[in-house]
Amino acid sequence: MELSLATRTVGEHTVLEVGGEVDVYTAPRLRERLLELIDGGARRVVVDLGRVDFLDSTGLGVLVGALKRLRSAGGSFALVCDKEPLLKIFRITALDQVFPLHPTVDAAISADPTGAGA
Amino acid sequence: MATVKLSFSPAPVHVRTARLVGVAVARRAGVREDLLDEVRLAIGEACTRAVALHRQYGLADPVYVEMSDSGAYTVRVVDRAPIEASIGLAALPPDELAKESLSEDALTTGVGFALLAGFVEDLQVRPVEEGVGTEVRMVWPVRR
Repeated sequence: MELSLATRTVGEHTVLEVGGEVDVYTAPRLRERLLELIDGGARRVVVDLGRVDFLDSTGLGVLVGALKRLRSAGGSFALVCDKEPLLKIFRITALDQVFPLHPTVDAAISADPTGAGA
Repeated sequence: MATVKLSFSPAPVHVRTARLVGVAVARRAGVREDLLDEVRLAIGEACTRAVALHRQYGLADPVYVEMSDSGAYTVRVVDRAPIEASIGLAALPPDELAKESLSEDALTTGVGFALLAGFVEDLQVRPVEEGVGTEVRMVWPVRR
């Protein structure tokens, strides 16, 4: 399945819903969308991986890039993921210690340390 | 013994094709259903790495993939990049991963290796026997 991207706003948070396959071919589109959001002023970003069925190192690289960019801009970045195969990828790469990972969008928003939680 | 061979020009769009073929052959070979996600990811990472190296060195040569089910399910992914470029990458520790100074490419490479090493129990990365390049060899058990 191809990559799908949809953005919605929840309070002060921008939620990017990602679906399909994030790989070396599609990751540049995810990078582009995240940059658009950040350049457009989004500072509290939640990426919902709930409908992702494939994620590789290129996709992980893009997500880390967005995390760093937001951190240096004083913003926040969190991921929503509750699928065991994807969580295993985060554990194996030690990226579970880098990203705030939450099972739901609501949990990600209320745990936001920048204080804009619902 | 059944062998499927695939070679593709080093473009990101073809990596998905290699994954799909690799998983189809794995299923046919009798690799356990619950391992197929890992097979898919590992073949994808090995091919992504090969494509990245060919692009880095401006090589138009195809990336070669061979899948064989004689005994176990064996996948070989062969690139043609200079060897010193492709061996000896280690997984990155968490505090390195989030560092500002680490480029996205370097991070992706490190993470790709961590995934290969983490998901493939029987993994070898070695120089090709003839000419320039590296072979990533991955083996999974099959049910008979």
